[in-house]
Amino acid sequence: MKKISFTLNGELRQVDVAPNEILLEVLRYKIGVKSPKCGCDTGDCGACTVILNGKAVRSCLIFAIEINGQEIVTLEGLSKDGLTPLQKALLDRNAFQCGYCAPGMILSATCLMSGNPHPSEEEIKESIAGNLCRCTGYQPVIDAISEVTKKH
Amino acid sequence: MAIPFEFGYEKPATIADALHLLDKWGRNARILAGGTDLANELKQGFRVPELLVDIKGLDALEKIKVLDDALHIGALVTFDMVRNSQLVRDHAYILYEAAGLVASSGVRNRATVVGNICSAVACMDSAAPLLVHDAVVHTASLEGEREVPVQDWFVDNRKTLVGEKEMVSHVSIPLPKIKHAGAYQKMMRYTGEDLAAANVGVLLMEDGACRVAFGSVGPIPRRSPEIELFFEKNGVNARHIDQAKDMIGGIISPITDVRATKEYRMHMTKVMFVRAMHAAVERLKKQKI
Ligand SMILES: Cc1cc2nc3c(=O)[nH]c(=O)nc-3n(C[C@@H](O)[C@@H](O)[C@H](O)COP(=O)(O)OP(=O)(O)OC[C@H]3O[C@@H](n4cnc5c(N)ncnc54)[C@H](O)[C@@H]3O)c2cc1C
Ligand code: FES
Ligand code: FES
Repeated sequence: MKKISFTLNGELRQVDVAPNEILLEVLRYKIGVKSPKCGCDTGDCGACTVILNGKAVRSCLIFAIEINGQEIVTLEGLSKDGLTPLQKALLDRNAFQCGYCAPGMILSATCLMSGNPHPSEEEIKESIAGNLCRCTGYQPVIDAISEVTKKH
Repeated sequence: MAIPFEFGYEKPATIADALHLLDKWGRNARILAGGTDLANELKQGFRVPELLVDIKGLDALEKIKVLDDALHIGALVTFDMVRNSQLVRDHAYILYEAAGLVASSGVRNRATVVGNICSAVACMDSAAPLLVHDAVVHTASLEGEREVPVQDWFVDNRKTLVGEKEMVSHVSIPLPKIKHAGAYQKMMRYTGEDLAAANVGVLLMEDGACRVAFGSVGPIPRRSPEIELFFEKNGVNARHIDQAKDMIGGIISPITDVRATKEYRMHMTKVMFVRAMHAAVERLKKQKI
């Protein structure tokens, strides 16, 4: 076991981890942050997405020990001060059904918007291309992202 | 899924420290870069290392730079960094093009180009671009440094010439001295996640030379001296592209697997070859330098 410290949603956290523990499992079961989900465990579905040092990554492919000294944001951190405009737009459209993909989708789109406030439809689609959804057909999600990023 | 066995973890702060660890642990150590392949391999028990050597503390390996007439891609350069690099766009456009087709943004943010050619899964997207650019793989160990042409690097599916106590520090791409243009084509079932069921890279030079590489249609990606020689003798034009296409059947040996049948791979490789050649011809016409 090794003690690691990292910033989780703005707060400094310390946790003991073994080198073979995966970040997704540590977040969910040791720390209790449940928005990242395990859809595939192989990097394919995007349900486990978290933001690591400003970039969307797959927490099922990261060893917890790697994040010592790094900064992680999950959906819980994103909506600390209430829903973001993107989340409101998604809610207004009823854009999700079961919601399993939602945290990953929202974090991927949020990352896109932070570097590129007015993305094209192609860029929007590309940003969530690795977030698989079994329910929505994607269009309402794309529409919500377009709505909050279009130039006024 | 938890990883069912234990191992140690080190994150060396210098390349020398990393090389000492590799020297001491040899085949029982595994280098950890982005982990996008390694995490899966450990979960599946495909590899059972005793130590992970995380190289992400070695900042010197994070750079894309031009040095001695070559473009250097450090071992920590991710596909995302390649997508955002003007240097790569300018000097190895086809690597930039291929990087955009790797997996999804969430994977590209971690996955490295060097990790890609170290894993050496037959369908990797960086091989064809590096092959047509005559790239060189630079390795380091306590015994010294080696330079291996990427053409010799791949030995078999998932097998390269890397030594047990070695790491790859970077790959270098010699800057072409004359006007050139490349194109990359990848066949997949859907965008966003899929590995290439087949891929083709071509690089056309102003003097008429043409380099062609095929991936995912044999155990290792390879250049095609047959087609390159054909173009050298006959020149590149629409008719010759069509004739070269008919040579492909005798050059590649695709297999049938979950992604595609061998017949479909063969057919699509020919289609993609023609598309890539025409795209490269068009791009070469537009090149200024
Ligand atoms: C969902 C998903 C989709 C994918 N889609 C694609 C795709 O479309 N196209 C594609 O080409 N690939 C794809 N991949 C694979 C791709 O992500 C990897 O091949 C990646 O590029 C490997 O880099 P890494 O930094 O993650 O390597 P790691 O996983 O850290 O390492 C990979 C292997 O290389 C070794 N290694 C790494 N760096 C070095 C070094 N400097 N010296 C010596 N050995 C080293 C490691 O020990 C390990 O065995 C996909 C992967 C996933 C999970
Ligand atoms: S659980 Fe990580 S990508 Fe599916
Ligand atoms: S809403 Fe059910 S998976 Fe996306």
